[in-house]
This record gives sequence, structure tokens and C-alpha cells, in this order.
Amino acid sequence: MRKILDKLGFTNTNTERKTVTFGDASVVSAPGGRGWTWLSVGFFIILWCLASIFEWINPIFWPPIGAVWEQFVFIFTEGYRNFTLLEHIGLSLYRVLMGFFIGCLVGIPLGFALALSRVMNRLFDPIVEFFRPMPPLALIPLVILWLGIGESAKIFLLFLAAVWIMALATRSGALATKISKIHAAYTLNANKKQILFRVILPNALPEIFTGMRVCMGVCWGTVVAAELVAAEAGVGMMIMVASKFLSTDIVVLGIILIGVVAYAIDVVMRYLEAKLIPWRGKS
Amino acid sequence: MSGLSVRDVSMIYNLPNGEDVEALKHLSFELEPGELLTVLGPSGCGKTTLLNILAGFLAPSSGKIDFDGKEVLSPDPQRGMVFQQGALFEWLSVEQNVGFGPKMMGRKPNEIKAIVDKWLSIVGLADFGKKAIYELSGGMQQRVALARCLANEPDLILMDEPLGALDALTREKMQGLILKLWKETGKTIALITHSVEEALILGNRVFIMAPRPGRLIKEYSLPFAEQGLEKNTREIKKQPDFIEVREEILTMIWDMEEEIMGRQEGNNA
Ligand SMILES: Nc1ncnc2c1ncn2[C@@H]1O[C@H](COP(=O)(O)OP(=O)(O)OP(=O)(O)O)[C@@H](O)[C@H]1O
Ligand SMILES: [Mg+2]
Repeated sequence: MRKILDKLGFTNTNTERKTVTFGDASVVSAPGGRGWTWLSVGFFIILWCLASIFEWINPIFWPPIGAVWEQFVFIFTEGYRNFTLLEHIGLSLYRVLMGFFIGCLVGIPLGFALALSRVMNRLFDPIVEFFRPMPPLALIPLVILWLGIGESAKIFLLFLAAVWIMALATRSGALATKISKIHAAYTLNANKKQILFRVILPNALPEIFTGMRVCMGVCWGTVVAAELVAAEAGVGMMIMVASKFLSTDIVVLGIILIGVVAYAIDVVMRYLEAKLIPWRGKS
Repeated sequence: MSGLSVRDVSMIYNLPNGEDVEALKHLSFELEPGELLTVLGPSGCGKTTLLNILAGFLAPSSGKIDFDGKEVLSPDPQRGMVFQQGALFEWLSVEQNVGFGPKMMGRKPNEIKAIVDKWLSIVGLADFGKKAIYELSGGMQQRVALARCLANEPDLILMDEPLGALDALTREKMQGLILKLWKETGKTIALITHSVEEALILGNRVFIMAPRPGRLIKEYSLPFAEQGLEKNTREIKKQPDFIEVREEILTMIWDMEEEIMGRQEGNNA
């Protein structure tokens, strides 16, 4: 029995000798236990299958799993509204990545400026604090007025969603640098530039990375919303158009795709984080 | 004068509430090249402030410091510092930490490697170069900190409670290492500690400081550091002359602490 549970991934032999497990974070985050994940995913899939077979729900509210699968295959091969499925996803992803990238390009240096210069801090503080709690969606009307509904408008909106998060994450990471590390670097002959790139930057990296993960989530959510408002292609547009025709199966397909892509992005980010900053949380 | 000379140094911190704290008041002393000074005193008497001023991180409110004939105005690789803990760069390997200084000095990679190998083997970590900082024990980390500081060959080494976070046994071994390094390199060292025994074992000169205002109240020149180069430190600690000085200093610090506590109770009443 024990062996079977082990094989299926319900246990972790490394933490089994611990007698105090309640409240021990390392036990919760220890590898293994994927069996439970499959169990929960499996539960919902089976529930959905059962609901489809026995027609528990009106398909207007929630489609049968088979219908969503058929739409997936159909759109994947035939496309939807002049664009293939991969183009819809790719376009949404492209907008997210561009906005995210430009947001990082501006936000990270801005964050360092905020952390390293009192004048810059005081100058930009009101701007950053004003935009920080601002939902990017509130800016959509203005952005459309300024830039129309083309690509640049969407990328600009995503940039606005990303830049403040990155600036604040970078600032807080940079400000958390222990003064003794900076002092040590000075006594070892480092100049200001070297201290910035070899001490403050690595110190801020864990927080910058956390900021990036948050950013990705926010950008992904914002792109879908922006496409809901106005777009010719994209996952959000798919959902919007389908809902007008009461094609709940396509709406649900879109929702699932959004979730899967967002999850995949986070998995990649977590992998990069583990690779790039192995010292995280260990000082 | 080629050693360290501190003349009439005072340091006043202006607190945000308008109060002034006299962290140091009219401090003067000279340190010859090759001396090992230890500084003892109750918490808050200005030891860290003094070390930060010597390192050039802080400018004193008044007074002047010269080292090796030059005025101390800013940090300089000539004056190295070993911090209590957590000042290593955890994103770099042990090797890269030790090689950081030489790299910043513009040394070539093969020179850096030779320097790193040399210092890692001196502190007994030759096999640990590739390890990450967080994989080492506290004692090993402090040995890396020593090696990192020494790799730039500073003439003056400042240490702020370098062994404060270590257990008693590791601490004794590290004291031996510091004495060994002191002998082999002939560097001038100023070391702050809270432990009276440590101050006496390591210091060929020992300063006792008192708080509010932070000042020097007593100074010793002691033979134990020299003896420690040949003899076991545990033996030295049993000698009557060692015990006598230790008790004298303990009484002094004890009285100071009593006075501080008494003053605080007075304030609270
Ligand atoms: N940045 C600062 N601003 C204001 N006051 C300070 C500052 N740094 C130190 N002080 C004050 O100066 C005095 C001396 O502090 P310092 O840190 O030098 O003491 P210390 O001898 O190193 O103490 P400890 O043994 O606890 O490390 C203390 O009263 C402290 O409150
Ligand atoms: Mg101190």
C-alpha cells in the first residue's frame, strides 16, 4: 500500500521522519505529492465528463466537454474569424511580452533611480504612488483616445500595467541591500558602477523576479480585457465575439487557454528563477 | 608616523527629535604598524562608530585621522574591514567572494586565481572554493570574510565583532586563526569584541571604552597575544596574570553597566 502511494506521488520520503509537520513550510513545499495535484485536476475533469454525459447543465451556461474539445480541434485546424488558434494565442502573447519587456526596460532603471537618488525618489514618488493602485483597465478609454485601437495602443497599455510594478519591485529590492555589503565592496576598491551592477543589482534580483511574475499575471489579465474592448484577433477577442453568439463552448475554450498559457508562463518564470537566483531566501 | 593616528575625534549624531548623541568625545590614540588593538566596552559606547570612522564610512564631527601619513576621508582598499556576519555576497561562490577585491583592483584572471587559492588554503577552505556561501557554516563563512578582506592585502584590518555570532568552540579556533594571520602577515588590526577574554587573548593593546559620551577610559598593553602565538590559548587563560586583568576589566565593565541600568531606572521613575 505504502509503495503504491509512493509510486503515485502521494508521499515524500524525505520529510517523513519529521514529527512536527504542521506549520513547517519546508514540508509543504518539499518535492513530491504531485499525486494530489492529479487528483484535484482529475476530479474536475471527471465531474465535467459526468455532467456532459448526463446533461446536468444547460449548454448555454456551461458546455459539454466534448463540445469544447470539438471547438478546439476545429479552431485549431480551421481558425476563427480569419485567424488560426495559434495566431490568436500568439498575438495575445506577443502583446503581453512586448508590454512586459518595455515595462521592464523602463521600470527597472527607474526603480534603481528611485532607490539610489534622493532627488529622483522625491521627483518620481508622487507619479509612482499615483499610478501604483491604478487599474490598467481604467486607462483603456484614454489610451484608445490617444493611440486608437491598434497594436501600439495595446502595447502601451500593457507597458503602463508593467512599468510601475517593476519600478516598485526594483526599488524595494535595491533598498533592501545591507549597508555592510556596500561598505565591504567600497573597502574592496569597487567604484559606484561596480557597486550598482555587482552588489545592488544581484541583491535586488530576487525581488525584481517576483515583480516580473506579478507583472506577467497583470499583463495577461490586462491584454484579455483590452481585447475584449477592441481587437481583431487575440484570445480575448475570441471570447468576446463568441459570447455575442452565445457560443459558450468557445468562451470556455478561451478561458481554459488563458489559464493554461498563464500557468505555462509562470512555470517558465519559476524555472528561470530557480536557475538564475539559487541564493534566493538563503542569506 | 606611518601607523594610525587618531587626534581629538568627536562624533555627535543629531537625532530627528533634535537631541544630540555624543557617540565619541575627544578620542585620541596612536597605533603602531603591526599592533593588534582590541576594543571593549558596554553596548552603545561608540565602538562601531569609531570603526566606521576609521574605515572612512563616516566623517567625524571634529578631529582628524591619519593612516600611513594620509588623512582618512573615504573608504580605501588600504583599510580592509571584516563585518560581523551577512556581509558576504551570497550570489557569488566562495572563490568569487575572495577574488572580488583583486578583481576590483584590476588584477588579471590568473593572478586572481593564485591569490584566491593562497588565501583559501591559509584559512583552511582550499576545497570549498566552488561552494555557495549559504552552503557553509557560520564559522566557515567568517573565514571566507577574513580571506576576502586579506586578498587585497590591506595594511589596516578593521573587524567589528567578527566572531560575535559563533559558538564558543568555533570562536576559540577562529581566535587562533586571527593570531596566526596577525603573526604571518604583520598587519595592523583593530578588533571590536564583547568578550573580555577574547579582547585579552587577541589584543597586544586593549582599549576600554565608556558610554555617554563615548570615550576611552583605560588602556592596556598586554603580553598574551604574543604568548598565544606559541602557547595554547586555553593555557594562557589559566595563568594568574591573565585572570587578574580579566577580573579587573570585568569589574570595570560591570560597574559601567550597573550605572547605565541605574540611570535608566532613574529616567523611568
Ligand atoms: N546612525 C545613528 N544615528 C543616531 N545615533 C546613532 C547612530 N549610530 C549610533 N548611534 C548612537 O551612538 C551611540 C554609539 O553607537 P555604536 O553603534 O557606535 O555603539 P557600539 O559600541 O558599537 O554598540 P554595540 O556594542 O551595541 O554594537 C549609541 O548611543 C547609538 O544609539
Ligand atoms: Mg557595534
